[in-house]
Order: sequence, then structure tokens, then C-alpha cells
Amino acid sequence: MANTKTAAPGAQVYSFKPINVGRWFIWGGYAILMLAAPQIWTSSLSLTMLSQIGIAIIGCLAFNMLLGQGGMLSFGHAVYSGLGSYFAIHAVNLATAGTVAIPISLVPLIAGIFGALFAVLLGYVTTKKAGTPFAMITLGVGELVAAMALMFPLFFGGEGGITGNRVVGEPFFGISYGPGIQLYYLIAIYTIICTALMYAFTRTPLGRMLNAVRDNPERVEFIGYNTQYVRYFAFIASGFFMGISGGLAALNFEIVTSEVVSAVRSGAYLLFTFLGGAIFFFGPIIGAILLVLSLVLLSELTQAWLLYLGLVFTFMVMFAPGGISSLIMMNLRVASFGKLRPLMGSYLALAGTAATALLGASVMIEMVYHLQLNEALGPNMKFLGATLNTQGFDSWFGACMVLGVGIVLFEISRRLFVKEWGSVQEDIEKEIKRRGASL
Amino acid sequence: MDLSFFLISLLNGLSSGLLLFMLASGLTLIFSMMGVLNFAHASFYMLGAYVAYTVTQFVGFWWGLLLAPPIVGLMGALFEKYALRRVHKFGHVPELLITFGLSYLILEVVQLVWGRQALNFLPPESLRGPLFTIVDLPQSLSFSWGTPPDVCRSVQGAICTQFPAFRAFGMAVAGLMLVAVWLLLTRTRIGMVIQAALTHPEAVEALGHNVPRVLMGVFGGGTALAALAGVIGGALRVTEPSMAFAVGAVVFAVIVIGGMGSLAGAFVASVALGVIESFAVGSDVAFMDLMGVVGMTVTPETLGYSLWSVKMSQVAAMLPYLFLVLILIFRPKGLFGTREG
Amino acid sequence: MSTATTDLKATAVSRRSDGSGTAPALELRRVVKRFGKTEIIRGVDLAVQAGENVAVIGPNGAGKSTLFNLISGRFGVSSGEILLHGEKLNGLTPYEINRKGLARSFQVSNLFTRLSVFENLRCAVLWSKGYKYSFWNFLADARDANDRATEVMEMIRLHKRKDVLAMNLTYAEQRALEIGITIAGGADVILLDEPTAGMSRSETSRFVELIRAITTGKTLLTVEHDMGVVFGLATKIAVLVYGEVIAFDTPEKVRADERVKEAYLGSMLADQQAARAGH
Repeated sequence: MANTKTAAPGAQVYSFKPINVGRWFIWGGYAILMLAAPQIWTSSLSLTMLSQIGIAIIGCLAFNMLLGQGGMLSFGHAVYSGLGSYFAIHAVNLATAGTVAIPISLVPLIAGIFGALFAVLLGYVTTKKAGTPFAMITLGVGELVAAMALMFPLFFGGEGGITGNRVVGEPFFGISYGPGIQLYYLIAIYTIICTALMYAFTRTPLGRMLNAVRDNPERVEFIGYNTQYVRYFAFIASGFFMGISGGLAALNFEIVTSEVVSAVRSGAYLLFTFLGGAIFFFGPIIGAILLVLSLVLLSELTQAWLLYLGLVFTFMVMFAPGGISSLIMMNLRVASFGKLRPLMGSYLALAGTAATALLGASVMIEMVYHLQLNEALGPNMKFLGATLNTQGFDSWFGACMVLGVGIVLFEISRRLFVKEWGSVQEDIEKEIKRRGASL
Repeated sequence: MDLSFFLISLLNGLSSGLLLFMLASGLTLIFSMMGVLNFAHASFYMLGAYVAYTVTQFVGFWWGLLLAPPIVGLMGALFEKYALRRVHKFGHVPELLITFGLSYLILEVVQLVWGRQALNFLPPESLRGPLFTIVDLPQSLSFSWGTPPDVCRSVQGAICTQFPAFRAFGMAVAGLMLVAVWLLLTRTRIGMVIQAALTHPEAVEALGHNVPRVLMGVFGGGTALAALAGVIGGALRVTEPSMAFAVGAVVFAVIVIGGMGSLAGAFVASVALGVIESFAVGSDVAFMDLMGVVGMTVTPETLGYSLWSVKMSQVAAMLPYLFLVLILIFRPKGLFGTREG
Repeated sequence: MSTATTDLKATAVSRRSDGSGTAPALELRRVVKRFGKTEIIRGVDLAVQAGENVAVIGPNGAGKSTLFNLISGRFGVSSGEILLHGEKLNGLTPYEINRKGLARSFQVSNLFTRLSVFENLRCAVLWSKGYKYSFWNFLADARDANDRATEVMEMIRLHKRKDVLAMNLTYAEQRALEIGITIAGGADVILLDEPTAGMSRSETSRFVELIRAITTGKTLLTVEHDMGVVFGLATKIAVLVYGEVIAFDTPEKVRADERVKEAYLGSMLADQQAARAGH
């Protein structure tokens, strides 16, 4: 798929605009879906996940303000959501102690303000550089804050972290935030509002100049703008929303440990935002959903979930750097020209061969993990209903064969697909020209 | 501060600084050549330690030291050819992202193959003892080669600090490596080509040199250097999955402080950070003691006591990043910075 | 309002009073630029009056692009002064200089690749309309910016390609957009660096018409290699050779200047005539 691209990934795609008529429909639908979700998925596990999804959506969208809109890759962005979490939990504890009367509903906002404050503080130094040095600086600053977290136990709570109780004082109109469902609705409201605000940002002068800085930072200076200020202000805005995300997380889990400012968490934002897609606004939303699904469900399914994630991520960077959202948009564009059906066959072939290769690989990976960790359970392992002897040659040989065959067939179908995709794109180009000429 | 503490801290600092430099130099070479910052550089460091460990199990440490760097270098070269090269046309951000993804992958594969526990990767028998011992007696300071002399046990108040032979070996390897790389770059034909391709890749290609192959070689070479550092570092310290991250973050701070693209800067920054951290870790001085020098006394009742009572040893881990922030405020180019990146 | 429009008013006044007695729009005094030990610009004196249309010509390596980089603030001068309407530009950043009413185009199109034609132009307009770093206005409501962007888009005849991304334009369209971005902000001193580079003969002549149309009333400085363009467009020619201006006069006088013929013009004209004869 990547071979047909010209200057940059998805070059042909950006000119495709989905029907604008549906704008209210889309936003309304988004809001309704968020609010109605707990009624559709009613288990308590679902509720936990939905809450986390809301929190992650704000976080990933805020991260993408820098990555997708500004071209700034940050390896230490969890600092701002993490610090927001800490200030939030302290605010909750202050409210519980009666020192300051802070309504719980406003705690995420306070967290956001502190997130922005630290972005003001640290962002000036961070945005002095761009590109790769910027990324390294964010890594360093992230490590600085993470190291400090263990040094000042009064604020950061040391190894155990800080706990709090979000049920404070008398219920307000029956809302005490004790039950998870009540907190979910708070999260949902914040998510809807923050999504709208961040989308609005993309349509402001600062938002657009941020895009200009992404595309050509040097030229921006020659049209009257201080590139560093554009980046700095966007950094602060991003920090604000990261803080809100962190504040909601603190309310949700009622405990904040130093993990919230760790490099691991920063890496997670990066990985999943990229996976969802940095180019389109809704990409990080997809990324956020994947983040929670992976962390909660996938990690239960297999020991090797991080390995699979790493593989998917790496292949995405190589073959689909626009992420899942760009894949969706490209196919929507193809569909709008009525050319999707011929590709279905190729897609099925790709999916089938990829699944075969994946099957072979995962059998081997699971067998290795079984040998390492579950020795006490004996050599036999259950996988997808079948029993495999991890010490037997046949299992290994079989898995290898499946993997090998899968890879070979995948490569063949991939090349065929690339050809077909190329010809479809050509047909579309011709169609566009034809339509343009008849105007 | 007693002299033996000073000497030992200095030597330890030099040792860790040189190890850090082995890593930073490979990273700087790759960055200077290709403009890509190899986020997975520390992961290759880790691979070096693990591969050396396995080879050591079969044929001994020396073979491990000899074989691990080329094996890992080959892996690096293959990655460059089949993955990194593909991403090059998308720009610097995707390049950084793919090495980021690679770091995840290497970590998971290492855990898959060798497990999550720390491995017992030890220096070879011949290098296990101390190279020399500093004998700090109440009246005199001397040092003796080899194991601590009897006077250490017999005299009351004698402080004897050993300097491990393997540490010295590591410093020697780092030094040799530095010389070898310098010679390669300045004295051989391939080194000339590399230097030229640094600034004028198209011209070099027009002259008939296979620039993509040169780049693949440079990447492989850089990762091999990282692996070499890993063999030393893994045996000297602990060989476990978290070793990559522990050293990786510091290395990135080092190259920004030294100035991205500058080998001299990387050297100065590595050694300086190594020495400073070595002194800090051994020091029980806290901020409030410094205040005492100025004449102010800090008691548990003073505001921010928890801040004042923080010891240098606790802060040690944070120092590289503190210096990073300071350098960015006062000298954003880094100590010897040339390329902006 | 913005500095750009006030400067426009100022220059309009000075032009009405036929320009005598007011500061030149752009002045270079003993400008020297060294890179390491090499002197690229070796003492340039130049005074461009408001409304003049100056072509800067010279052999390759003479320092023409460096001169533009110095004037627009991309590099700092090693010594000497650059003045815009009598105000010193030394040490100012590119954006500060731009805000004072000077804009430049680039020899290699320097566009915002993933933004559409319209967005490119609108970005170029935003500061001059006073929007600065605002995140509390919507772009859709910025009528003055939108109108100006549309106006420029029609001037450069790209209104049919309004929503096409800059990277998907043809080469000539990109060059047109490049100029559009340069003039959109309303700067009154415009520097064009080889605007017709890489264009065919017919494209060039159309482009020259475009440039003439959209830069009426402005002070224009153009680096050019195509002598046809130079003699057709410029009211004055500055000849830059080895970092020095060896002649600065009307086209006829420059064409007749012996030093210029020796240094540059004669051989160039001869080459061009030979090339044309060969077709």
C-alpha cells in the first residue's frame, strides 16, 4: 500500500472531505454514544473500561495536538497528565479534610490548570528546539520529573503513592460520585466537552499556524510568526487537556503512584495515538479505545501482548504511517468512487494470509512462554482449543511451517494488492480529472 | 573528604563515563551520518550483553566479547536495510518512531528468549579480582597491586578500597575502541567515504560509492559498538531486561548536553556526568549542609525541610536530566553542538 | 492595526510626493557577510526607492541569494547596515522584519505542504490582520482574512484549485502559490528569489505578467537569471559580482556598461543568442 504513495503517506487522501452535512449528526452521535454506552454495555468490567476510554480519549487527543497537528514528537508527555493527577488527588484530600471547599466536579479542571502551569514552566525550555532534539528533551524532562517523584514523598507519596476518596461531603442532588456510573457520566461530559474544544482549536488561527509550523517551520517565520511561540502556546494548551485527563484518572482510581509520570506511560500515549492515526482528528479516539482494550483485555489474553503490540506498531510505521484512521479514510474514499468491491478479494486474501502467519507466530510465542513460565504445569499447552506438546518436535515444526507458509503467501497477496490498489488509485485520479473538466 | 574516597570515586566515575561514551559515540555516529536518532540504541546494548552471556555459556567470556558485537551489528544492519530504509522517505519523525517500536520489540524478544529474571553474567575468572587496592591508613595513603594486603585487616581504622580489574579492563576496551574508530574514520578509505557522505551524500554517490551500503554499514557499526559496551556493562553491572532503559535515557541526555552530532561533546559530557554521578552517589552531603556553609541553619521546623534534607546520593539519579534542562536554558546548542537535527 | 498597513500608507504618501527627500524603501550600507573566513558579500551599497522595480543579476555564486537572506533576516550581517524605510534591520528576526513590511519568496518553493492553496494563503494573511496567536476566534469567522486570501488566490489564478493540497500542485502552480504567500500579507517591499526558475518559455512570460499585476505599487527586488524577464520587468538593474555591486542603473545604461559586459552580461547574452539560434 505504501508503494503508491507519493510525497508523504496518504498524499491522495487529504483532499477527500467527508460529507459536511453530517457534521451535527456526527457530533450528536458521538455525544449520544458516550452517554448511552453504559446502557449498551452493562457489565461492571465494561463500565471500568468505558471510564478509562473516556480518560484516554482526552489524553490521546491532547497528545495529538503536538504530534499530528504540530509535528512535535514528545516522549515525556505523561508528565503533564501525571502531575495533574497528583494535584487532583491532593485537591480531593484537601476537600475531604475540609481545608478547602472544592467540588469534585471541578477537580479535573484544577488538574488541567496545573497541567497547563507546568507546561508553561517546562514548555519554554522544551520548545526551544524542534524535531529530534525536542523529542530527546521531552524524554529528559520526563525522566527528571519521574526521578523527582521518588525524592519528595510528601507530595508524591513515595513508593505507595497518594490515595484519596472521591466521595466528599453531602451528595449534591443525589450525586456523590461513589458509584462508578456517576463518575462515568462526569468523565463522559468532560470527554465530550474536551473533544469539542480540541476540535475547535484546530479551527482557530493558532491551530492553523500550528499546522503551518508542522509543514514548514522556517517559512512560518517569514510570514510574521515566531515559530517557537506557536509551539509553546500549543504545548500549553496540550498540557491543559493532559492535566484534565490526569485529574479524571485520579478520581477514577482514587490512587496516584509515580507510574503516572513514567516513561512507560508516555510511551503508551505515543504508541496508541500513532496506532489510531495522527493525521485525522478522530485517529487518537480510535487509539484511546485500543489502548484501554489492550491494557485491560489483551494483556489478560496472552503474555506476549506487548510483543504483538510492538510488531503491529512497527509494521504500521513502515506500511501505514497514517494509522488506522488513515486506512479507514482511504478506503472510504475508494468506496465513494464505487471501487471498493474489486478490492474486497485482495483484502480477504491479505487478511487470511496474515492470520495464518500470525497463527504460526503466536503458537511459537505462546509455547516459549509456556516453557518459561508454566513448567510446573507440564509440557502440554492449550491453545485455541487444541492441545500442543511444547516439548515435542511436531508442534514446533508445524508452527514453523504455518508461519513460513503464511509469510510467503502474505507477501504474494501483498504484492498483488499493491498492484490492484495502484490501478484503483489511477482510476480514481482519472475520474477526478473527468469531473473537474466537466465543471 | 578523604583522598581514597576521592580517588576511587574519580576512577569509578571515569569507568562509568567511558562506558557511557561507548554508547554515546555509536549513537552520535549514526545520528551524524544518517540524521536518525536510534531510539533503540540502548536496546542493542542490552542485546550485546545477552548474546555475550549465551556465547559465554558455551565457549567462554572471551569468545562472547569477540562474537557478540558482530552478531548484534549484523542484526542492526539487517534492520537498517529492511525496515529503517523504508521509512526514511517519510521524514525524521517516522524514523524515530520505528526505532522506538524496535526498542519495544527487542525488549519483548529478549524477555521471550531469556526470561524476565536477571542473568548471572559474570566477568571471566582472570579478571574477577581487584586490579589494585587503595590502602588508607591513619598515617599514610598507599596503593598495592592485587588483593588487599594484610595490613587492611590488622590495622585499626584502615580503609581499603578495591578497584576491580574488570572495571579497568572496561576502561581499556573503551579507550581502544575510541582509538580504533578514530583511526578508521581518519586513516582508511572507507572512513574518508563515511566522512564525505556525512555532508554530501549525493556527491559521494555520484562518485560511485554505494551510499546505502555505507549507511547500512554505519548503522551496523554503531550498533556493534553499543553491543560491545553491553558486553562490558552487562558483566560489570547486572544483566536484566531493564538495563536498556536504565542507561538509554542517560545516553540521550548526554548527547543533547554534549551537542547533537558532536563526538567531542559526547565524550566530555559522558565523562563529566559519570564522574559527577559517582561523587554524588557516594556523598551524604545534603542541601542543608550547603546552607550551613553560608551560615544558615536548617532545622526540622524550617519550611521545606524535606527539600533541604535531600541528600546528594538521592539526587544523583536525577542529575543528568537536571543538567540537560540547565544546558537548554543557558546554551541550547549543547557544549560543542554543530548539527541542529 | 498592523504595522504592515501603516507602512503601506507611509510609502503611498512618499510616492505621491514623488519620493524625493524621503528615506529609500530599502537601503544597504557597506554590508559585509563572512562565512567563517570566506567573504561572500564584500561591501554592498544599495538604495532602492519606494516603487522601484530592481532586478539583481550576476553570475552564479555572486551572492544574490545570500543578499536576500541577509535582508530578510535569515542570516545576520557580519558588518554594515540594512535599513527598511530608514529603520535598521540589524539583529532582527525574520518575523520581526516581516512585520515591518518586508516579505520574500524562495527559489525552491517553500510551501505548507499539507495545507490547501486557500489555507496557505490564509496563513500568510493572519498576522497582518492582527489575529496573532488567537485561539478564541474561529477562522471561518475571520472575514477579512478569508476575503484577502480569496483575493490573492484569484490574483494568482489558483481559485479553481482552492482545496488542493500544496504538495499536489504542479510546479508552476507551486511557484504561483509561493508568490501568493509572499504578497498576501500586504508587505510593501517584496523580494522574489528566482521566481521563474525551472519554467518553460511560455510559462515564464505568463508568470511575468502575473508578477507585474500583483506587485503594482510595491517596491520589488527580484533575483533573476532570465535576461528577457529582467529587461522586461525591471526599472533598474543591480549587477552583483563576487559579492559587490558593480553597477546599479536603468536597464539601458547597464546594458551599455563596459564593466558589466566584461564581467557578466556580454557572455551571457551571447550564450542566450547562440542557444536561441540553435533551435
